Amino acid sequence: MSDAVLELKDLSVDYGVGESAVHAVRNVDLTLHRGEVLGLAGESGSGKSTLAYGMTRLLAPPGVVAGGSVLYNAAGEEPVDVLRLTDAELRRFRWAQTAIVFQGAMNSLNPVHRIRTQLTDVIRAHEPDTRPAERLDRARELMSLVGIPEDRLESYPHQLSGGMRQRVMIGMALALRPQIVVMDEPTTALDVVMQRQILSRLVKLRERFDFAVLFITHDLSLLAEFSDRIAIMYGGRIVESSPSADLYRDPLHPYSRGLLGSFPALRGARRELTGIPGSPPDLRAMPAGCTFHPRCPLAFDPCARRRPPLAATSPARDVACWLHATPDTED
Amino acid sequence: MAPEQTTAVLEAEGLTKHFPVRGAGRDVLRRGAAVHAVDDVALSLHRGRVTALVGESGSGKSTVARLLAQLQTRTGGAVRLHGKDVTVHGGRRFRAYCRSVQLIFQDPFASLNPVHTVRYHLTRALRVHGHAGRTARELEEALTDLLGRVRLTPAEQYLAKFPHELSGGQRQRVAIARALAARPEVLLADEPVSMLDVSIRLGVLNLLRDLKEQLSLAVLYITHDIASARYFADETLVMYAGRLVEGGESETVTQSPAHPYTRLLIDSAPDPERIGSAQRAELDEDDLGEPPSLVTPPAGCRFHPRCPHAMERCTTELPPRFEVSGKQWAACWLYDNGSPAPAGES
Repeated sequence: MSDAVLELKDLSVDYGVGESAVHAVRNVDLTLHRGEVLGLAGESGSGKSTLAYGMTRLLAPPGVVAGGSVLYNAAGEEPVDVLRLTDAELRRFRWAQTAIVFQGAMNSLNPVHRIRTQLTDVIRAHEPDTRPAERLDRARELMSLVGIPEDRLESYPHQLSGGMRQRVMIGMALALRPQIVVMDEPTTALDVVMQRQILSRLVKLRERFDFAVLFITHDLSLLAEFSDRIAIMYGGRIVESSPSADLYRDPLHPYSRGLLGSFPALRGARRELTGIPGSPPDLRAMPAGCTFHPRCPLAFDPCARRRPPLAATSPARDVACWLHATPDTED
Repeated sequence: MAPEQTTAVLEAEGLTKHFPVRGAGRDVLRRGAAVHAVDDVALSLHRGRVTALVGESGSGKSTVARLLAQLQTRTGGAVRLHGKDVTVHGGRRFRAYCRSVQLIFQDPFASLNPVHTVRYHLTRALRVHGHAGRTARELEEALTDLLGRVRLTPAEQYLAKFPHELSGGQRQRVAIARALAARPEVLLADEPVSMLDVSIRLGVLNLLRDLKEQLSLAVLYITHDIASARYFADETLVMYAGRLVEGGESETVTQSPAHPYTRLLIDSAPDPERIGSAQRAELDEDDLGEPPSLVTPPAGCRFHPRCPHAMERCTTELPPRFEVSGKQWAACWLYDNGSPAPAGES
């Protein structure tokens, strides 16, 4: 697990420039290891999608990467900073190395083209030397990978159900055997039954092709089940990062604890749940100190004044909270 | 549910809605084709109780809410308010009806008018339903009282605000306050928290529960999240492809589901306890199928094409409700008298 495929260092993303800029992602350090499923959880506005778009250079203006670096380590090659790639290099990097399945991806298929055309088009654009018959074979293989009968290649998107379209998108993302697959809320629009089918399919494919997944969602219970490690974002920063099992059994940050306590459990004893009081912070007017302190039930003296650094409490776990900081840590 | 029969506020029986299909398509060549959105739904809402209606998208659960709110005319069946069959098409009688039965929508970003303040939204609801009082002072008291009920205090701070100045949770609270302005007996909540951030969902659910107790409201809670039904509702009904398939006390339905569809739904829900990959393989039964077309729904039980226990009979005969226990029923032939319980039931 020591093998990092993507390393974010001190990444910051703003919307707008100058005085009025909104700092959507601030000083994020995050490592994605080869072959792991890393869950990125947080509420809307916490910056999780912005982080994913920032690191893949897909931000639309007024979004700007304000600082930091994104190091990509291809197997056996020198690490490259994605943020410094030229347009031509970027074009080769995208899809072949990193593929993204967008939020509501099932609406990203072109309604006027057959699935076959759209799948082969991806291969043709990135590998122009391939022969048409070869491309069609690969498209067939992709369809069977995601569990859709091959004759559906001749269908138009509207002839497929939402779940099938979403699986086509996953198949398309895997077309060029990327090292990293970013999934931005891939199953939010789907029913629980389909959600489970798609995710277990993805886990199986990952075991076969050994790609790393960055899985972005607000559904922590889903992440706890499907990911190896979870990073929790709040107000543009990562507040906790732990192996899933540890995070679920013993969350360190009060926000993580609050989030876990916000999901009614389907199994086990019924418990009284409270959610988290207050509402998520306004990115334009962030509270001083720890951004969570106005909602935190355990806030104490330093929380309102100084921002806790993200520090390791054990080799695999990081948390940004004064409760877990060593007392002599000073800014 | 038998003991509370006397206190039913709103009842539906044989509730049916078919939407006619227009235009050409492979499935709709024959004339008179229709989407069978809701078929033969029977439910009753009682004072001080929350009834959850759980189903996947497209199962017809929102249509049930709209039929109960008389926003759409039903194809068949009866809606009874205090035992009297009501059908209204707007006008004064509709207004009188919605004084008793109020609907809360899913999206608080769309259900409030962006060009009006909170004060306007609430004042209008109070005036329309004749609860605004005679003087400006009485109106002010009514407004303060409403916002206090949904815990938006101090009221002055919120009255002058526009919807865009409020967070999602606050907006949904304003929408709830607006519904309460009619002093309703029944609250139909159509996915009231699914558009809200996870950390504030429970706040809104707990608020609804407190209101239900204070005002002894009958609440219909429509959701796709069966875990929240367990947490919030006294009774849970499960809907599949336009029909109710199972119902009963929430705890019983969620802990020992009887209908194969409910079991599939519960097994599919994310379960953090299944951490790691050890148990993943067994869940990996590949094609669990998809809900059927509602234009040409399957004959017999609508779940039979996906059901692991499907029998000959399921493909032809529609299963009626069978008592599973005193607290639970299921529309499934497995529970026909004498049939043994299927394997795999816990």
